[in-house]
Amino acid sequence: MDFLPTLWFIIIAFFWTGYLFLEGFDLGVGMLMRGFARNNTDRRVLLNTVGPVWDGNEVWLITAGAATFAAFPHWYASLFAGLYLPLVLVLLALIFRAVAIEYRGKHDSPRWRSSWDWAIALGSFVAAFGVGAMLALTTTGLPLDANGDRVGGPFAWFNGYAVLGGLAVVLFCLVHAAAFLVLKTDGDIRARARRLLLRWLPVALLPMALWAILVVLAGGKPVTWVTLTVAVLGAAAAWLLARRERDGLSFAGLGIFLVAGTTTIFTAVFPNVLPSSLDPAFSLTVENASSSDYTLGVMSVIGAFGIPAVLVYQGYTYWVFRKRVSAESIPAAHAVVPQ
Amino acid sequence: MEALEVARWQFGITTVYHFLMVPLTIGLGLTVAVLQTAWYRTGKEQYLRMTKFWGKLFLINFIMGVATGLVQEFQFGMAWSEYSRFVGDVFGAPLALESLLAFFVESIFLGLWIFGWKRLPKGMHLLSIWAASLATMGSAYFILAANSWMQHPVGVEMIDGRPVMVDIWAVLTNNTLLVAYPHTLFGAFSVAGGFLLGIAWYHLWKRRRDGIDTVGADGKVLVGSNPAIGRDATDHKVWLTSLRVGAVVAMVSFAGVSLTGDLQAKLMFEQQPMKMAAAEAACHDGTGFSILSVGDLGSNDCDDMVAVVELPGLLSFLANGDFTTDIRGINTLIPEYQDSFGTHLPDNPVYGERAGTEIDYVPVMEVTYWGFRMMITFGMLAAGAALVALWIARKGTVPESKWLMRLAVFGILAPFGANSAGWIFTEMGRQPFVVAPNPDPNGIDNVFMFTAAAVSPGVSLAELVFSLCAFALVYGVLLVVEVKLLFAYCKGGVPSAMPEVLAHRDDDAGSGKGKDDDDVLAFAY
Ligand code: HDD
Ligand code: HEM
Ligand code: HEM
Repeated sequence: MDFLPTLWFIIIAFFWTGYLFLEGFDLGVGMLMRGFARNNTDRRVLLNTVGPVWDGNEVWLITAGAATFAAFPHWYASLFAGLYLPLVLVLLALIFRAVAIEYRGKHDSPRWRSSWDWAIALGSFVAAFGVGAMLALTTTGLPLDANGDRVGGPFAWFNGYAVLGGLAVVLFCLVHAAAFLVLKTDGDIRARARRLLLRWLPVALLPMALWAILVVLAGGKPVTWVTLTVAVLGAAAAWLLARRERDGLSFAGLGIFLVAGTTTIFTAVFPNVLPSSLDPAFSLTVENASSSDYTLGVMSVIGAFGIPAVLVYQGYTYWVFRKRVSAESIPAAHAVVPQ
Repeated sequence: MEALEVARWQFGITTVYHFLMVPLTIGLGLTVAVLQTAWYRTGKEQYLRMTKFWGKLFLINFIMGVATGLVQEFQFGMAWSEYSRFVGDVFGAPLALESLLAFFVESIFLGLWIFGWKRLPKGMHLLSIWAASLATMGSAYFILAANSWMQHPVGVEMIDGRPVMVDIWAVLTNNTLLVAYPHTLFGAFSVAGGFLLGIAWYHLWKRRRDGIDTVGADGKVLVGSNPAIGRDATDHKVWLTSLRVGAVVAMVSFAGVSLTGDLQAKLMFEQQPMKMAAAEAACHDGTGFSILSVGDLGSNDCDDMVAVVELPGLLSFLANGDFTTDIRGINTLIPEYQDSFGTHLPDNPVYGERAGTEIDYVPVMEVTYWGFRMMITFGMLAAGAALVALWIARKGTVPESKWLMRLAVFGILAPFGANSAGWIFTEMGRQPFVVAPNPDPNGIDNVFMFTAAAVSPGVSLAELVFSLCAFALVYGVLLVVEVKLLFAYCKGGVPSAMPEVLAHRDDDAGSGKGKDDDDVLAFAY
C-alpha cells in the first residue's frame, strides 16, 4: 500500500470529521433559529453561542476541499463536477448563511431580522443536507465513465444514499447543537435544549448508523465492525449521560459516535475514494486519484506543523469564549445611529 | 452558447466579484491594525474611534469576501474538472497551503478580535487583528502563487502528459509571482486609501454643512462641537486624520503599483509576448507606446488598426529599459505561436465541438487594450485626486461644495476599477491558454493547456446556465445589501460603530443596571 496517499486519505477523512464535529453544532444552531428559538432574545442567545467560532469551523470545509484538490485532484474533479447542481445549492446556502450571521444585527428592524433568520435556518439546513449527501455519495458511488466524468445527466447522482446521507447529517447536527446549547447556555433555553436532546437523540443518530452499516455490509473489513460497535456505544453513552445531566461527558459521547462512525465509513470504503457505479474498473482509488509523492511529501511536512497549530489556536478561542451565554448577557441591540 | 463560454463567464463574474471585496479587506485590515496599534501606544481617543469605525466597515465587507471565496474554492472542480485533473499536482498545493496557513488564522483571529473587546487582554486583542491582517496578505501570496503558475509554469516536469511538481520552492518563488504580489498588494492599499479619503471627506463636509466647523479669516478651520450627535472635536480629528492617511496611502500605493507594474510588464514581454502585444494592439514590430489607436478593435483584425497617437520609444522602454529595441508585434508573433503550438486544435474529444478548429492566438484586443489603459488611468486619477485632496484640506477641513464632496465619494470607485481592469486584462490576455506556455528559453515550453480543454466534460450547458444565473442573481442582490449597509454605517459615522460616544448614552452605559458588567458581552451579534 502506498504510504503517502494513504496518509492523505486519513488526513482528508480527519478534515471531514473535524468539519462535521465543529460546524455540526453551528449548522444545528442555525437550523434552530426558527421554530426552537421563540423570540429575538432567544435567537441572539443562539447566535452568540457560535458567534466567535463559526467562521473558523467553516474553514474545515474549505480545507477539506483544498486538501482534496492538492492530494487527490481526480477525486476533487470527479466528485465536484459530478455533483454540480447540489454543490451549487450548498454554496448558495453557505453564502446566505454567512452573510446573514454577520448582517442580522446590523440593522434594527423586524423584517430585516426575520429575513436573515430564515436565511440562517434554511441555509444551515441545505448546507448540512448537501454535505451529507455528497459524503454519502463519495462513499457509495457515482455513475462515472473511464475518464471520471458523470454520465446520465444532471440528476444521475440522485439515489437513496443521497437522501440517507443528507438526513444523517441534518439530524446529527440538530442533536449535536442541542447538546452544545446545554453546555453553552443558561436558563430557559438550556432546559429546552436538554428536552430536545433527550427526546431526539436515539432517533436522530439512526440514519448515520444505517449509512455506516450499509457501507460495512458492502465492503467492510473486520475492524470496521469494531469501530461500528464503538460508535453505537458512544451514542448510547451520550444518551444515558444526558439523562443523568452529565452534559460534558454526553457531548463527548456524541463526539465518539461521530468519530467512530466516520472512521467506520472511510475505512470500509478504503482504498476507494469515489467508486464508479458503472464499472468497478472506473472507480477512483487512493492510488489512481492521488498526486505525486513529491507533492504529498511537501504537503505532509507543512501539515505536520500547520494542523497542530490550528488545533492549538482554535482550541484557545473556545477557551476564551467558554462562558455560558444567556438572555442576561446579551447587550441591548444598537444598530445604525440615524443622523 | 456552449458550455465553455458559460463556464468562462461564470468564472469571470464570480472572480471579479470576489476581487471587489478582496482588495478592500486586505487594505482596510492593515489600516485597522495600524490604527489600533496607534491607540494602544498613545491611548488617544481618536484612534480608538477610528479603529472601531473602520473596523465596522471592514467586517461588513469581509464577510462578503468569505462568502464569495467559498465559491472560488469549489468551482475549479465543478466547472473546470479537466483543468483540475491536469494541474492538480502543482496547483492544488498552494490552495491547500492558503487554507491551512492563512484562512484558519484569518477567520479564527478575526473571531477573537470581534468578540474579544474587553474580554481579551489589550495586547492579545491587538495581536489578533494583526494576525488576521497578516493572514489576508498571506492568503493573497498563496493564491497569487497559483495564479502566477498559470501565467508562467515553473517547478514541474511533464510525466504522462501532465505537469508533475518537482520543486515547490520554484513555484513559491516564481518570478512572475514576486512581481505580481507586491503589485496586487499596492493595488489593494490604493483601494483602502481611496475609501478612507472619500468617506472622511464626506464627514468633514457634513460638519461644515451643519455649521459645526467653520473657517476663520486665514482659511484655517475653527473646530466646533456638538457632542449630542457625536460630533465633538475628537470627531473632527478622526476624519481629518483619516483623510490625510487615506490620501498619503493612495499616493504611495500608486508609486508602488507603477514600479512593480513596470517590472511586470518587462517580464510579460518575455513570458507572454502576445499578451503585451495585444495590450498595445501592436500589429507590427516597433517601439512606440500607443496612447490612442483607432480602427475596429472588435474585429480583432490587424489590418484595421492604426495608432494615431504614439509615444515613440516608450514601449521599448517598458519592455527593455531602452528606447530603441523593436518589440515584436502580433503579425510576427502569430507564426511563432503556430510553429510551437500548432495551427489547429488537436482532434481530441476533450476539445468538444472545437476539436480540429483553427486556433486564434490573439486575445480579444478590445479587452486587453482598454483593460490595460483603464487600469493605469483609474490608478492615476485616484493618485492625482489624492494629491489635490491633501492640498485642499491642508487648513484642516474641506470646502462646503457639494460637488467636490460627491466627487470625493465617487472617487472611491476608481481604484476598484483599476483592480478589476488589471485582472480582466491579465486573465483575458492569456487566452486561448488557461495555462500559458512560456516561449522564454528557460521556461518549460511544453507545459500549457488550452482553455477549450479545461472545462468539465460531464457538466451540461443547462447546469452551467442555471448556476451562472443563480450566482449572478444572488451576488447582485447581496451587493445591493452590502452597499446599502456600508452607506448606512458611513452616514451614521462613529456613533454607529460606537454608540457610547453619544453624550446621552453615557449614563446607561455606565450604570450597568445592577448587572455584573463582566457578564454582559462587550459585543454580540
Ligand atoms: C489599483 C490597482 C492597479 C493600478 C493603479 C495598476 N495596476 Fe497593474 N494590475 C493590477 C492593479 C493595478 C492588478 C489587479 O493587481 C493586476 C492583475 C493581476 C496582478 O497581479 O495585478 C495588474 C496587472 C498588471 C500587469 C499584468 C501582469 C500579468 O499579466 O500578470 C501589468 C503589466 C501591469 N499591471 C502594469 C501596470 C502598470 C505599468 C501600472 C501603472 C503605471 C499599473 N499596472 C497600475
Ligand atoms: C489566483 C487566482 C486566480 C486563478 C487561479 C485564476 C484562474 C482562472 C481560470 C482557471 C480561468 C478560467 C477560464 C478562462 O481562462 O477563461 C480564469 C479566467 C478569468 N479570471 Fe482568473 N484566476 C484568478 C484570479 C482572478 C482574479 C482575482 C480576477 C479578477 C478579479 C480574475 C479574472 C478573471 C477573468 C475576468 C476571467 C475570464 C477570462 C475569460 O473569460 O477569458 N482572475 N482565471
Ligand atoms: C481563484 C482563486 C481564488 C480562490 C480559490 C479563493 C478562495 C477563497 C476562499 C475560500 C475564501 C474564504 C476564506 C474564509 O472563509 O476566510 C477567500 C477569501 C479571501 N481571498 Fe480569495 N480566492 C481566490 C482568489 C483570490 C485572490 C487572487 C486573492 C488576492 C490576491 C484573494 C484573497 C483573499 C482574501 C484576502 C480573502 C479574505 C476574505 C475577504 O476577502 O474578505 N483571493 N478566498
